[in-house]
Amino acid sequence: MNRNLRTRSIIITVITALCLIIMFGPWHRTGKSAGDFFKPSKLKENLAENIKLGLDLRGGTHLVMQVQADDAIKAITDGNVLKTDSELKKANIPFTAVKTPANGVVVVETPDASKHSEIRDKMLPYFGGESEWSVSTSTSPASVTFSLNSGAANRIRREATDQAKTIIEQRINQFGVTEPTVQLHGREEDHQILVQMPGIDDPERVKKLIQGQSKLEIRAVSGYGQKPYATRAEAEATLAGATDKEVLPYNEKRGDGRADTGFYVVEKVPVITGADLRNARGIQSQQGFGYEVGFDLKPTGSEKFGTWTGNNVGNYLAVVLNDEIKSVAVVKSRIDESGRIEGNFTRQQAEDLGLVLRSGALPAKIVYLEERTVGPSLGADSIRQGMVSLVAGLGLVILFMLFYYRFSGLNAVIALALNLVILLAGLAAFGATLTLPGIAGVILLIGMAVDSNVLIFERIREELHAGKIVRSAVDTGFEKALVTIIDTHVTTIVSAAFLYAFGTGAIKGFAVTLTIGLLANLFTAVYVSRTMFIWELTRGGRRAETISI
Amino acid sequence: MIQIFKQTNFDFLGKKWYFIGLSWVLILAGFVSVLYRVVDGDPNTHPFNMGVDFSGGTLATVKFRESPDLGKLRTALAGQKIDPTAISLQPVSDRIGQAPANEVLVRLPNLVHIEQQAGQSATAAQSKEGADIGKQKILAGLAAFNDPSTQGKVDLNTNGVDDLREALKSRAGLDSHRAGEVAQRIVDYREKSSNGLVRNLSEVKNLSGVDPQFGDAIEKNFFAGFASVKSVEAVSPQVGADLRNRAIYVTIVACIGMLIFVAFRFKSWGFGIGAIVAVFHDVLVTLGIFSITQWEVNLTVIAALLTLVGYSMNDTIVIFDRIREMMRTRRRETLEKLSNDAINQTLSRTVITSGLTFLTVCAMLVFGGEVLKSFSWCLFIGIIVGTYSSVYIASPFMLLWEGWKAVKRKATVSAPLSSEDAVSTAAPATAGGVTAQMLAAAGVSTKPRKKGR
Repeated sequence: MNRNLRTRSIIITVITALCLIIMFGPWHRTGKSAGDFFKPSKLKENLAENIKLGLDLRGGTHLVMQVQADDAIKAITDGNVLKTDSELKKANIPFTAVKTPANGVVVVETPDASKHSEIRDKMLPYFGGESEWSVSTSTSPASVTFSLNSGAANRIRREATDQAKTIIEQRINQFGVTEPTVQLHGREEDHQILVQMPGIDDPERVKKLIQGQSKLEIRAVSGYGQKPYATRAEAEATLAGATDKEVLPYNEKRGDGRADTGFYVVEKVPVITGADLRNARGIQSQQGFGYEVGFDLKPTGSEKFGTWTGNNVGNYLAVVLNDEIKSVAVVKSRIDESGRIEGNFTRQQAEDLGLVLRSGALPAKIVYLEERTVGPSLGADSIRQGMVSLVAGLGLVILFMLFYYRFSGLNAVIALALNLVILLAGLAAFGATLTLPGIAGVILLIGMAVDSNVLIFERIREELHAGKIVRSAVDTGFEKALVTIIDTHVTTIVSAAFLYAFGTGAIKGFAVTLTIGLLANLFTAVYVSRTMFIWELTRGGRRAETISI
Repeated sequence: MIQIFKQTNFDFLGKKWYFIGLSWVLILAGFVSVLYRVVDGDPNTHPFNMGVDFSGGTLATVKFRESPDLGKLRTALAGQKIDPTAISLQPVSDRIGQAPANEVLVRLPNLVHIEQQAGQSATAAQSKEGADIGKQKILAGLAAFNDPSTQGKVDLNTNGVDDLREALKSRAGLDSHRAGEVAQRIVDYREKSSNGLVRNLSEVKNLSGVDPQFGDAIEKNFFAGFASVKSVEAVSPQVGADLRNRAIYVTIVACIGMLIFVAFRFKSWGFGIGAIVAVFHDVLVTLGIFSITQWEVNLTVIAALLTLVGYSMNDTIVIFDRIREMMRTRRRETLEKLSNDAINQTLSRTVITSGLTFLTVCAMLVFGGEVLKSFSWCLFIGIIVGTYSSVYIASPFMLLWEGWKAVKRKATVSAPLSSEDAVSTAAPATAGGVTAQMLAAAGVSTKPRKKGR
């Protein structure tokens, strides 16, 4: 019996210690010594960092937006109309009009049906081939109709959504919030994107950023442009009262992941802005190393840029995004229609920058379906009130258990405390988020945990009434109650599994919290509580004749 | 040893029809409330007081400098082409021992929805307005509270860091770096030191970090508005309907999952059906009370409903387990007698557990604040109903089903399987006449599955 008790004690101690380490360990810090484990002042901070709180408790902005993915189809359709018009003219094929009666449909009206197959063969490759567009011809009125296949249309919509997500992700990352969430949301055909920004309670600011009122400018670098100034003050010193120049921070990400930072003095008036750009994309560097960004200018921009670069060969240009310099390059020659931003980019970086440049706007409009803000103070209020009510409720439960079951009640209280410790450790280990509905799960859990103990104790009492000796009453009580406890727990876990599989975010949080807690309870209410009974009954080598229950 | 109950022997199931009747009354009352609110022709009464989560619309907390005139606010909002009868304004109750909050909860109807009804196609209306339109209208309405002389100036209270920075740049002539710093300083002051609203301009001018030389520019171009929107929940009708359908769907799926599991575990549909009828009973009664009282139904309430489903199921299984256990040793007695004894034997456990969880919920009602209010009420009702249903609904329905099955079996089994069975099947096979033995003969498990410890 004593060996059995020792094994049990060791298992329980190890699990408890492990849970406490998971709960209070400095997992989210770097460069900390092990000594931090034992600093009481740090423990609370570590706990706060290890247990992720949902937006409803922490405060922040929650936005669900829908990408108007049909916009992307419209853009493609309109492009094809223009292309058809110009190609047919070039090839001298007679036609009366090119129209688009609906999104994804291009109709070429012709004087007669003689050239229909020629039009079809000529244009289809430009459209993307037969897999994307189906073609039908009609003689009265004479016309060729191209219509976008539904499969291709869905692909375009999906791509537009993905692209929008990538752009939004990029813009959100500039915000510098810890752990923002940007993910596709709901069913695929809904084209929804979820953005969560913990700690940001100004949704207009987030929206502005997402809407891409990101400001791109190419400005002239004043003076010596090869190296940035190390500090703002150093850079400001060279201004010498000039009002047409200002100091902007410089932050260029290098191919190896490092960032070059510093400050440059630049002209206030930009040479060209994002509005002058026609297109931009990441391309392989002409030297063969790495990638760079190629861009094309609109006619107006091309004129401005050509004149300026022609006069400033050898000077430096800064690519400024939202008042931050992203790249500095020397002007090698006059640049008219198209140019390149050189820099030792990785392919991903070049593509991303190209995306930022060409997307003064997103690929499609977005509409907000859901907007929620929880001020950090409101979230803190919820936590405080939730905690106060939990503690008050727990206090009442503990008082009753101690009063009603005496020493055995203490067993229940210790088991309950350990249960909550394992729950918090589980939440930390799985990176699960604690939300308000999650707290509901905790309340159900406390109910069921107490119930397990009550079931066991009542059973032991029944057995004692039936005249059994203490040892065998405890054994039978546990044995019989165990069946019931497992039944109730497994049933609830089954329903939690369904909630997790089919529920929305908030309901998922409830399910996760509940499941971890119930599994922990099977351990604490049965195994831990049993161990304490064994200890009590065999204490000091005696055989217990009575039990306080 | 302190005991609540000594050996009890109440005849619970003998009175089951009174209680089933009471349950019907409660469910019908809820049903009538739902039905009445649907057919009364008033578009402003709804069967349930759905929160913005489910109905769509905007719920905003607006903070005012002084206690606001609600009539004026309503008129101002009506001026933004919002039907004034559909606007709900509810002052936030002040917390004891703290300065008056001067906050109002503004609930606006679904504006996107209204435009859809005006004859536009769904996509056209959606592409025109997002769910955030409500907030814009509230902000526009709040302008009515400001002095006309502030026209054309920038409000320090309703604008965020970015807008203030741009305004400081373009109107006060700061460079972008300085403007950013000052804007951040102002917003920090507003949110952290000044309780969410700047009261007058001089506070801002005297802030450390704001150069005195900008004082005049600030005076000329900015003002401290009377009110500001502090937090917003806006949900489009599309998402609202989606969340609602998902919540209903997931509750039903989870219940079916439990039905199958319980039926499997007890090897009898009777037990599964008894448990599920009890759970549905609890949900229906609770929803009925929510319809009658018009307490708000939102996502948190759904979490509470799921919690009470868990409680009720837990209670029911404890009793069912006891019935099953007794079926092994008392094979000759009727299932009704066993059920009644099982309820009596688990009575002290039922009372203690329910009582304790009830105490926890009472603590939440007292200390939980506004956010947990409808959640706590839902559990408050749920625990009472759930405890009662596991006694008066689950067991009777299990008995009804098993009795009905026994009648069917008697009709199909022509010859008794053994001499022992002949005795029991010969007894009138009403609900009360089913014995454990008969169930065993029909394949109902009377043994718990073997479990390791």
